[in-house]
Amino acid sequence: MKMKSRRLNLTPWGFLSPYLLLFLCFIVIPVVSAIALSFTYFNAIEAPTFTGLSNYVNLITQDQVFMQYVLPNTLTFALIVGPGGYILSFFLAWSLAQVTKKMRTVLALIIYSPSMTSGIAMAVVWTIIFSGDEAGYLNSLLIRMGVILEPIQWLQSPQYLMIIMIAVTLWGSMGVGFLAMLSGVLNIDNEIYEAGYIDGIKNRFQEIIYITIPSMKPQMLFGAVMAVVNTFQAGAIGVQLSGANPTPQYAGQLMVNHIDDYGFIRYEMGYAAAISVVLLLLVYVFSKVAWRLFGDKD
Amino acid sequence: MASFQGTKINPTKFDKSQLKFYAYLIPLALFMIMPIVYIFNHAFKPIDELFAFPPRFFVEKPTFQNFIDLFTATNDSGIPISRYLFNSVVVTVIVMALTILFGTMAGYAFSKLRFKGKSVLFEINTVALMFVPAAVTIPRYLFIENIGLINSFWVHILPALAMPIGLFLMKQFIDQIPDSLIEAAKMDGASHFKIFWKIILPLIKPAIATVAILSFQSVWNSVEASTLYINDEGLKTFSFYMSTLASQTSGNTVAGQGIAASASLIMFLPNLIIFIILQSQVMNTMAHSGIK
Repeated sequence: MKMKSRRLNLTPWGFLSPYLLLFLCFIVIPVVSAIALSFTYFNAIEAPTFTGLSNYVNLITQDQVFMQYVLPNTLTFALIVGPGGYILSFFLAWSLAQVTKKMRTVLALIIYSPSMTSGIAMAVVWTIIFSGDEAGYLNSLLIRMGVILEPIQWLQSPQYLMIIMIAVTLWGSMGVGFLAMLSGVLNIDNEIYEAGYIDGIKNRFQEIIYITIPSMKPQMLFGAVMAVVNTFQAGAIGVQLSGANPTPQYAGQLMVNHIDDYGFIRYEMGYAAAISVVLLLLVYVFSKVAWRLFGDKD
Repeated sequence: MASFQGTKINPTKFDKSQLKFYAYLIPLALFMIMPIVYIFNHAFKPIDELFAFPPRFFVEKPTFQNFIDLFTATNDSGIPISRYLFNSVVVTVIVMALTILFGTMAGYAFSKLRFKGKSVLFEINTVALMFVPAAVTIPRYLFIENIGLINSFWVHILPALAMPIGLFLMKQFIDQIPDSLIEAAKMDGASHFKIFWKIILPLIKPAIATVAILSFQSVWNSVEASTLYINDEGLKTFSFYMSTLASQTSGNTVAGQGIAASASLIMFLPNLIIFIILQSQVMNTMAHSGIK
């Protein structure tokens, strides 16, 4: 009897161990060691030496580039691309649910397809479209329309780089979260709507606020978490577009680039780790807000 | 009382009232698809059209020359491009197969088996949905260096297998399978492995298709391993080659543009084809994707 119960207990771990082992190695250990390294000075050659909170203190008080460019850039980028892409995803998913199946499938495929392109493959396309000479597609178009007279160095100009980064990322932001929300809208029972109208809902807007969103909260939350992750994941875009780290006058410098700058260019691993921890905390806080909005209250 | 005037979600036939949605959906879709149409056109342009001034959007005399150039080209260190493509295909196939296997196994355990710490572990996995690999590049690098995976083919594969969203979607989907089905199989003396293989796997095909697509997209497009962990040119992947082209074309150089355009198309096309084939399965899975 005892033998049997022990055998039974091992089965789940047999199924779990491959995944858990990889999860431990490539997610848990890196996160834990990032936290540990963030309290040290480490140049990748000598062993790390414990320096307490000094990396964090330096990050906040000494690192002008971080405070002046990287943090504001990251927040601007995240606040526009995150909620913007999310609201756009929901709105498009909702709109698509109002049309017939054939057209919906075609349009959903088109709207989803940019998210399938990788940053790398598209960087080539964008650099040609936004090319700085008059043979660049955008420059050529604007010159022919008479909007501008001289070609603009789109990707090398600090004032345009951020806008282009945001536009490009929004273009590709209708991904898994969008699909989840689309199927969420489609799965709401029509009777709930009928009941809502009997209870006095008057227009489409009220319908979305009082029926659609509450009925698909789990998908809304999933979509929100995906939006947050994709936003911070997209960090490399500025470097890919401008072809340089740091980006011209730090205009497109995001936290991910700042980490690479310190970690792989200056070999200040401990400092880079501290930035990583701040970034992970930022992602966590953003996701927590989403959880508050759409998670189960009870 | 007037008839029901409210929303008509998932309408079965066309109605005038739907026109207002088309009025913005279609222009927006056209706008969004433009860069993709552009990739298709650019890839087939002969050299004089690639550099025509003023630039033209659509191809006039399509040619396969860019693809021929791509496949006969070698990079600076003498590695043929087809080698990168071969590496990418091998890596992608292995990652997809193993992600599905490990993900379904763990999903089954989380959904249908009882063990200690189950809810805590799943909670951790849900938090890990927010994990941004780019944030911990450095500790990941140090770890990979310590276990001796630098310059190994496996470094493409192993990190890509830890995919929290894969497990998450699997578990949510397996939750829909009634316990009674598994109880009945147990009565007939089936082992857990047999239940998993003969009952669960055939029932969760949509979730498998979805996770396959997601893992395909992440690994096919990934440059992380090739850039950071691999020094041997012959072990790098196609997406890495693509990233080197991206930096070369930033000056609109004559040499690379045709090759870069055809390479972009090769990067994009498999994503599109796989998604079109599996899209109904994906939508089916997404219905269960909610976080409660």
